[in-house]
Amino acid sequence: MTRTDDAELARLFRAAISGDEGAYAAFLDGVAQLVRGYCRRRIVHGGVEPEDVVQEVLLAIHLKRHTWRQDEAVTPWVYAIARYKLIDAFRRRGKRIEVDIADFAETLAEPEKDEVGERDIGRALDGLAPVQRSVVASVSVEGASIGETANALGMTETAVRVALHRGLKAIAHRFRQD
Amino acid sequence: METKNLITAISSDAAAGRRSFGTLLRAAFVAASVIAAVVFSVVAGPRADFAAAAETWRFLLKFVVTLALVATSGAVAIALARPGARLGMRVALLAAAPAILLGAVLIELTTIAPSEWATRLVGTNNMVCLTLIPLIGLGPLAIFLVAMRQGAPTRPSLAGAACGLLAGGLAATLYAAHCFDDSPFFVATWYTLAIAILTVVGAIAGRYVLRW
Repeated sequence: MTRTDDAELARLFRAAISGDEGAYAAFLDGVAQLVRGYCRRRIVHGGVEPEDVVQEVLLAIHLKRHTWRQDEAVTPWVYAIARYKLIDAFRRRGKRIEVDIADFAETLAEPEKDEVGERDIGRALDGLAPVQRSVVASVSVEGASIGETANALGMTETAVRVALHRGLKAIAHRFRQD
Repeated sequence: METKNLITAISSDAAAGRRSFGTLLRAAFVAASVIAAVVFSVVAGPRADFAAAAETWRFLLKFVVTLALVATSGAVAIALARPGARLGMRVALLAAAPAILLGAVLIELTTIAPSEWATRLVGTNNMVCLTLIPLIGLGPLAIFLVAMRQGAPTRPSLAGAACGLLAGGLAATLYAAHCFDDSPFFVATWYTLAIAILTVVGAIAGRYVLRW
């Protein structure tokens, strides 16, 4: 990561923090690429899905963005979060294998069905309250705007924003439980 | 969910929850000081000869040491709340309070007769010191941990320990106004031990409550 790239990411992030959604999407896209590379280089023996960590890092960045000082470089901050979340993912996997493998031997032996995308959407949205689930699904999967979602669901825009924010928090929380 | 869908959802939430972390940390420090002061005035209160004591260097030095600890451990705690923040100089400055105290101990060693050392070290109420500092510091520690949870500490135990050290410094600053034992021997032994208790409690609590 060169200094120019960092400066560009920092510029996008500053714009995002003052409410620019387009800049935020561009920033998160750039961060996702960095973190994906970071995780792929470090996950050598499998067991942890790099994209799961990428998503968890993106959510953490969103919910902890007030801990970034706007006059500082952004990549050290991003990598520190990525490192923390990756270690956490390894730790959870270790725990899960120790505890669960005997109980679920039969389930594990069944052939894996090829529906990763479906299962992931289900898993992320499953734990949400119905309203939050409709809002998050509308905005993320269907790509609807806040206004369109409000119209479609018969809610106010404020209610949609609140449900979206709570939904994202709940997804982040769920990731940590898995 | 695919990552690009998640990015769409997160970026739509750009306007949510804009807040200043610095303001939150300052508010936490004020709240912790108020709670500590309330508990202090209920369980201890300043010593009767406060005004007279305030003219002796040993009494005043206790505050120099504890306030130095508050400033330096606070700086470390703030850095530990932010991912990727450099600690370097802040950790080095943590040595300031112990260094001042060590200097005072050396002065005490050279100016006080060895026959009096033991009396000054044991003091008059070391068990009170070991009880009251942790007691006064418990509320502040809880508040600092809550504030730290709003941050993103990538080293939870260390961040918890820093919260404990800061709470200990704050509690010791108040307790020093109550305590009749002003000898640096006493401070170096019992204050240190009492603050260490809070630091260990903070580190253990941090391990569990500061995960995110």
